[in-house]
Amino acid sequence: MSLFHVIGFGWNLVLTLCYWFVSLVFSMNGEVMTTKSLLGDGEQIMMKLLEVIAECTFARYTERTAFERPLTSGVAYAVRVLHSERKEFEKQHGWSIKRMDTLEQTPVHKDNEYDRDGLEPSPVQVEYAPVIFAQDTIAHVISVDMLSGKEDRENVLRARESGKGVLTAPFKLLKTNRLGVIKTFAVYKTDLPSNATPNERIQATDGYLGGVLDIESLVEKLLQQLASKQTILVNVYDTTNISHPISMYVSNVSSDGVERVSSLNFGDPFRRHEMRCRFKQKPPWPWLAITTSTGILIIALLIGQIFHATINRIAKVERDYDEMMMLKKRAEDADVAKSQFLATVSHEIRTPMNGVLGMLHMLMDTNLDVTQQDYVSTAQASGKALVSLINEVLDQAKIESGKLELEAVCFDVRATLDEVLSLFSGKSQEKGVELAVYISDKVPNVLIGDPGRFRQIITNLVGNSIKFTEKGHIFVTVHLVEEVIESDEEIKIESLLKSTLSGLPVADKRQSWRSFVCFNQEGSTSFPSSSLDQINLMVSVEDTGVGIPLDAQSRIFTPFMQVGPSIARIHGGTGIGLSISKCLVQLMKGEIGFVSLPKIGSTFTFTAIFTNVCNNWNEKKSQQISNQSNSVSLDFHGMRALIVDPRTVRARVAQYYMKRLGVHTEVVSDLNHGLSYLRTDNGITNMILIEQEVWDTDLGKSSPFVKNLRKINASVSPKLFILANSINSSGAGVSANGFPTPFVIMKPLRASMLAASLQRAMGVGNKGNSTNGELSGLSLSKLLQGRKILIVDDNNVNLRVAAAALKKYGADVVCTDSGKKALTFLQPPHQFDACFMDIQMPEMDGFEATKRIREMESNINSCIQFGQLGPEAYGNVSSWKVPILAMTADVIQATNEECQKCGMDGYVSKPFEAEQLYQEVSRFFHIKPNQNT
Amino acid sequence: MLGLGVERLRADMNRLLALLFHQGVLDEQFLQLQQLQDESSPNFVSEVVNIYFQESEKLLRNLRSLLMDREFSDYKKMGVHLNQFIGSSSSIGAKRVRNVCVAFRVASEQNNRLGCLRALELLEHEYCYLKNKLHELFQIEQQRLLAAAVRYPVQQH
Repeated sequence: MSLFHVIGFGWNLVLTLCYWFVSLVFSMNGEVMTTKSLLGDGEQIMMKLLEVIAECTFARYTERTAFERPLTSGVAYAVRVLHSERKEFEKQHGWSIKRMDTLEQTPVHKDNEYDRDGLEPSPVQVEYAPVIFAQDTIAHVISVDMLSGKEDRENVLRARESGKGVLTAPFKLLKTNRLGVIKTFAVYKTDLPSNATPNERIQATDGYLGGVLDIESLVEKLLQQLASKQTILVNVYDTTNISHPISMYVSNVSSDGVERVSSLNFGDPFRRHEMRCRFKQKPPWPWLAITTSTGILIIALLIGQIFHATINRIAKVERDYDEMMMLKKRAEDADVAKSQFLATVSHEIRTPMNGVLGMLHMLMDTNLDVTQQDYVSTAQASGKALVSLINEVLDQAKIESGKLELEAVCFDVRATLDEVLSLFSGKSQEKGVELAVYISDKVPNVLIGDPGRFRQIITNLVGNSIKFTEKGHIFVTVHLVEEVIESDEEIKIESLLKSTLSGLPVADKRQSWRSFVCFNQEGSTSFPSSSLDQINLMVSVEDTGVGIPLDAQSRIFTPFMQVGPSIARIHGGTGIGLSISKCLVQLMKGEIGFVSLPKIGSTFTFTAIFTNVCNNWNEKKSQQISNQSNSVSLDFHGMRALIVDPRTVRARVAQYYMKRLGVHTEVVSDLNHGLSYLRTDNGITNMILIEQEVWDTDLGKSSPFVKNLRKINASVSPKLFILANSINSSGAGVSANGFPTPFVIMKPLRASMLAASLQRAMGVGNKGNSTNGELSGLSLSKLLQGRKILIVDDNNVNLRVAAAALKKYGADVVCTDSGKKALTFLQPPHQFDACFMDIQMPEMDGFEATKRIREMESNINSCIQFGQLGPEAYGNVSSWKVPILAMTADVIQATNEECQKCGMDGYVSKPFEAEQLYQEVSRFFHIKPNQNT
Repeated sequence: MLGLGVERLRADMNRLLALLFHQGVLDEQFLQLQQLQDESSPNFVSEVVNIYFQESEKLLRNLRSLLMDREFSDYKKMGVHLNQFIGSSSSIGAKRVRNVCVAFRVASEQNNRLGCLRALELLEHEYCYLKNKLHELFQIEQQRLLAAAVRYPVQQH
């Protein structure tokens, strides 16, 4: 911007200058023209008056009219005198014709030295041009022969030939010694035509009129008129001879700078003049340009500074960032260390707590009075609570330090959920809250995953629900995610929502999974469960409790965050459960979400990915596992049942359980419909399950119903069952009629419990069913019964203890005390089902021994495969691979990888823990098929 | 009279066990050991513990001789012995002995002779204490069994 300014300014300057000079030149020309016209006028006058006027008259006249010719310093008239006329002429005027050239050669400088009379008379010439009249200022030229001066002569000759005004080259004027030019006009005796020849003109010449132009004063006058003498230097040169310009006017102040040259025209085409102008002072500084460039420089500097500062800043920020990253890393390390510390400490606390609990248990066996008994039981309860709390903290710490790993074992989803139900059955019955599970038919019976953790999540959620629910229901539903995604299923769910389990309103559970990623991916093509192996389960736990306050909902999954201190005081708990659940769900590649409406209830929903049991081998295994849990189901196979329940959801739960037992079911909404159904469907229905609500409210109908029932089925009377929710109610009112009291089945329904109740009522089979608490112990003995197991340990004490522990579960134990001996024992063919191997042994440690055994086995296997050895010799077993479990005192020492690297199947900590042992053993032992018969 | 004796003996035994637990001499593994004892192996606990004593005394002797060798102590071998000691101690639930062994092992890994000597002394002390207490326990048990057998021949515990 400013640059343009400067350029514009420059142009302006140049244009102004140009204008200036042009105007100057014009005005000068104008002046010259005036001079000419004036002289022209004079010519006319001269012609008429020549004879009559005298010298003094001319002088006076010119003096008076001098103001009209400001630029001429003097005017003179010379006549043409031929040599023949000279004498007469000299006589007439009284003086002789003087010559001029000597004067020119010896110029005089002082006025008083000049003496006209001292001039030499002109030598003899063809003709002369003596001045006869002159203005007073140049009166000294009178009688001087103009033709004798070199410049003048030339001038005069040219003037009379051309008939025009002619200028001399500048020369020193006589007397004044100043530089000047003389303009000469010829005066003719007669009027000549314009095309007259030079000769004619010469003949006609009478005299010459000359005007002295003093260039110096001329220019000064002009400049004064222009009032700019101070600022501009003007040099005027005669450039007729280009190589030697004659200076006509010189300013005495020397100055350098750009010259402006313009030509001058004084009206004589023969002569060329030039004017060179320049500023007296140096051109003014271009302040704008300077300021602009300075500004630009400053701006550039500032920008540079800004860049510099920015770069510095960036560097600093980067340094800070690095520092932050370092700090963050340190903080994370510290966090991991904290978690590890927590894990260690919790573990350390657990050990003495086990001692405390053990001793308390022993104390309870001793002779105590009632008060002591009470104290001890309180102490034990507190101890158990503490242990469970420590376990939770340990879980949290494990999760945080990334040590928690999920197992992958086969488990029965339905049995797992039944276990959860039995855990809470006491509490729910106490509170009168209905607790139920419904698992969709599409969910496979057996999945591979971590049943313990899965159960932990559900236990957590149900536990919370039970804590905060005083009336109504808690309903756990398990579906496949695809099932829920399908729109018709959603509609179905919605319609079902209108009649909930207990009839109380619930929060819309679809809200709870709204934020799930798998639902936001539109279209099931991208859905991960498209692969056959993956089973994506979705579990919802719905309750009709107090709900979560809206302001607390955001931090519900933060560890140790509870809704409020008062809640913690009323209900207890650490507030760590949900956080752990969330972590576990994430470990199972699932998501967890919830919806909660205060005073209506909450619904928690989570998804988890499990693996399906796909191949045949697993099929068999899964069969076994499901058989194990529902060994009774065969007893009721093919029976038919009628469920009387107005609420579809509740009826569906009952139906689901009956179906698991293999019973076909029909649902009717009330007793009348039930009767009509029974009439049409004669004699096939084995049992009738009536909701307690129906039975209690329709007391008037129930006794006629029983009577009618008798009438219809005289032969095979269907058994009556009442599904009761709380302990205090029973069918006492009916027993008065003399009919057998209907059997009461307490909710929550569980497959095993239901089966047991039905068995008792119907007298089908009679097997003792195990309580869930002894599950692992009993299952262990089931698993290990009759197995032949080799124990390898160099430590006699350990050997004895391990052997005794395994014997207790019914295993057939063989002991050996070194790895080498173990090799001979395990040389195929052998009868061992498994081997427990100590890791640290002298000579050959557990890893080494295992490696050798695996080598040995693979050798023999390949031999059998290639037919080099008959399989008969090896007990018809085509591939030998005995399960080997590492035994170690330090669990840390034997990591999974190490064990797997050398071919071990797993590890157990050395003082055997029943549960761990069960988990490990169950991976490769299956319950023998003859177990159930 | 004798019946009261049984109760008193049982109480004595429990008190002693509680003391040992309290002192950290034993841990819950010992209880599990007791649970393993049944009709098929009535003296299981004392058998195992006796084996433990024999082994341990052998180990202690070895450790002492290894350490007494002034010029060159074989720390590696010491570690092997200690590992064995740790294993057997944790099997019977001798917690304090085990802990001392762990400390001993650390000292031996660092070739810290002085630490090893100190640990060995402590170990011997702990071991003697454990041995005395367990002997006491077995004596009471023996007496209790005798008394019980006299009073209630049918009952085993």
